[in-house]
Amino acid sequence: MTDHILRMSGITKTFPGVKALQDVTLSVRRGEIHAICGENGAGKSTLMKVLSGVYPHGAYEGEIRFEGETCEFGGIRDSEHAGIVIIHQELALSPQLSIAENIFLGNERARRGFIDWNRTNFEAAQLMERVGLRENPTTVVSDIGVGKQQLVEIAKALSKEVKLLILDEPTAALNDDDSAHLLDLLRGLRDEGITCVIISHKLNEVTAIADSVTIIRDGRTIETLDMATDAVTEDRIISGMVGRALDNRYPPHEPTIGEEVLRIEDWTVYSPSQPGRKVVDGAALTLRRGEIVGLAGLMGAGRTELAMSLFGRTYGVNISGKVFKDGKPIEIRTVQDAIRHGLAYATEDRKRYGLNLIEDIKRNVSAAGLSGLSRRGWVDEHQEYAVAERFHKSMNIKAPSVSSVVGKLSGGNQQKVVLSKWILTEPDVLILDEPTRGIDVGAKYEIYTIINRLADEGRAVLVISSELPELLGLCDRIYTLSEGRITGEVPRRDATQERLMHLMTKGQE
Amino acid sequence: MTTLSLGGGRVIPAKYVPVLVTACLFAAMFVVGGIRYDGFASGQVVLNVFIDNAFLLVVAVGMTFVILTGGIDLSVGSVVALSTMISATLMAGPGWPPYLVVPLVLLIGSGLGLVMGYLVHAFDIQPFIVTLAGMFLARGLCYTIGTDSVPIEDPTFTAFAQTRIDLFADLWISPSVLIAAVVVLVAAYVLHYTRLGRAVYATGGSEQSALLMGLPVGRTKIAVYTISGFCSALGGVLLSFYMLSGYGLHAVGMELDAIAAVVIGGTLLTGGTGFLLGTVLGVLVLGLIQTILSFEGTLSSWWTKIFIGLLLFAFILLQRLFSARTRP
Repeated sequence: MTDHILRMSGITKTFPGVKALQDVTLSVRRGEIHAICGENGAGKSTLMKVLSGVYPHGAYEGEIRFEGETCEFGGIRDSEHAGIVIIHQELALSPQLSIAENIFLGNERARRGFIDWNRTNFEAAQLMERVGLRENPTTVVSDIGVGKQQLVEIAKALSKEVKLLILDEPTAALNDDDSAHLLDLLRGLRDEGITCVIISHKLNEVTAIADSVTIIRDGRTIETLDMATDAVTEDRIISGMVGRALDNRYPPHEPTIGEEVLRIEDWTVYSPSQPGRKVVDGAALTLRRGEIVGLAGLMGAGRTELAMSLFGRTYGVNISGKVFKDGKPIEIRTVQDAIRHGLAYATEDRKRYGLNLIEDIKRNVSAAGLSGLSRRGWVDEHQEYAVAERFHKSMNIKAPSVSSVVGKLSGGNQQKVVLSKWILTEPDVLILDEPTRGIDVGAKYEIYTIINRLADEGRAVLVISSELPELLGLCDRIYTLSEGRITGEVPRRDATQERLMHLMTKGQE
Repeated sequence: MTTLSLGGGRVIPAKYVPVLVTACLFAAMFVVGGIRYDGFASGQVVLNVFIDNAFLLVVAVGMTFVILTGGIDLSVGSVVALSTMISATLMAGPGWPPYLVVPLVLLIGSGLGLVMGYLVHAFDIQPFIVTLAGMFLARGLCYTIGTDSVPIEDPTFTAFAQTRIDLFADLWISPSVLIAAVVVLVAAYVLHYTRLGRAVYATGGSEQSALLMGLPVGRTKIAVYTISGFCSALGGVLLSFYMLSGYGLHAVGMELDAIAAVVIGGTLLTGGTGFLLGTVLGVLVLGLIQTILSFEGTLSSWWTKIFIGLLLFAFILLQRLFSARTRP
């Protein structure tokens, strides 16, 4: 009988309208590195939030047994007390505090209510030694790179006497050296008896480091594979991750593909927060009139960054490369330039970046195309109203009137407002970033129909999506992006989820 | 259910609620005052509030623009004082004519606003800090010009101060009220019918969204601080009509009165929603509190501050409830 440090069984977690997890089982052996794989949105992070008490006992169904005891965590403090520490993808460090202060944050080394700085820094130095972080404990966290910050997080976990360490996409933001160092460190921790659960999209890392892997798809456990006995390859994991049949959730569409409208060449973008890190690396794309093109990539591959850097340099620094519109080279320095050249970009976070939630439909629709609705700075309110009414009907926006506040609409209707706003600017190229995120199935179909219509009107549409079935159902051609590079271009007839997943997980040689 | 609400039960959109509350408050104060005091319930009492607060109204208009973008302008009171000081000194000493002095003062005020707006935009510094620095700067400049009060004896200014514009039935206003009214109307028009106005609301509603919609966020920010600087300078000119003097201690704390008026008028401090009409009502409410206290006679003027304090609490609470309802 194998010794399991953790057994989660029958875990079901429902959000309003969505079953995020359904009867999930996870068993982790003591002292192993256990990987969890699945597509974006499969439920990996939700499962980890259940385990770490972010969703407290009672908010989910099922049982968690840790160290042989049933656990009912009321919050993160409880799970940490039991010895389970989670390190999220977005690091939870306080940037203006020192490494030592961060390590002992909430767990201060104090004597009679006063912090014992000698002990704090001394013990921090010991922990840093253990994780191989060569810095002064008093260095401020914002002065060290992401790779080292990750190590600080692990040191922090060690200070809490961790038994089970959970890492969510630990290497997503790291370069190769830092990733390699981190993986070595995890092996070392395993040898010290610390069990690790690692969520990763990088299958080469999973096959290299994990002792066993659990595959989750659509909120269900598909299988758990033992790396030693099952001869697991990346292909084996991929087929487990995607094995799902397509049904007709997508409206039929016969494309009429015309001439090239936008082409980018050698597009390179550097990260604004980590100097020297290429977020997009020499990307080249071509979009043609009437064509719906997909851009597939895993989280952190640089999809949104590519789109935003193109759309008036709203992301990134030291952007270089060429852009051609209708065959002629153009310069896009600001969002206004982009709009003038017929580009439109609907963001993945429409609530925060795409809409003014406290304003009404009419003013949101007119915001980007205001110059067409005004003369010498004066807005023609009658025309504005007429335009909003037109979209209200043609896009089938479900709201009592165009004076309804956008913040109160459903996700699908908000997205229709965003699309209306951009259609008003008469774009030739629409970049739609996660156009159906957070939208229910019926509204998704409507959005797909609108996208098809936009293409039929002779516009080029670039769809960025984490959902491969969506890209396969909608696009005429799909580019794959991995670590900032275009790793493939697949026409619709050749595209399968397996093929795309291969290209998306292809590391840099 | 979704379509037929046009006939009897018209629902008031949530964004008008704070302005309506202020309007009701003003009406209620006026009625209570009319019942308690003889001679209170006359049109001239309301007009006197305008006459006594024309400068505050103009300053509050500028402040409304800034607050609608989600910013704040703490420099207005000092710029008002600086404007009175410059006007008084230039007319008293070298004897400059008013038609040169007034445009110069307006230019200086707008220029200060422009610089502050530029700093806020270009270096992405919090408006609070930038305008706090502007506040100290302008107040300090007053004292480098002179530490004493400088009387204004220019005939045009004194004539302006003493002119009464007769309306119907014994009612009258001062020229300052007329100027303030024009400022309010122009500003309301700009806010509601121009692209600049739209950009102001959009910037306050969500700056990130506005940027990605291609709205000129930077230019808008610079514009609102310039407008606020202009309004402060104009407010300073109106205050010199009213006081007939320039003094470094004029309008101390007026920025807070202006902010109070804007907030009581229902404009959200976080930006994005609010109306100029609300600001006008806010100034009227503040003015009417003072009037009531002067009719009461026995209460010290500090009661004004106490009432303003209580009102501000009430309105911030109202906004909190209101915004908690709209944001799920």
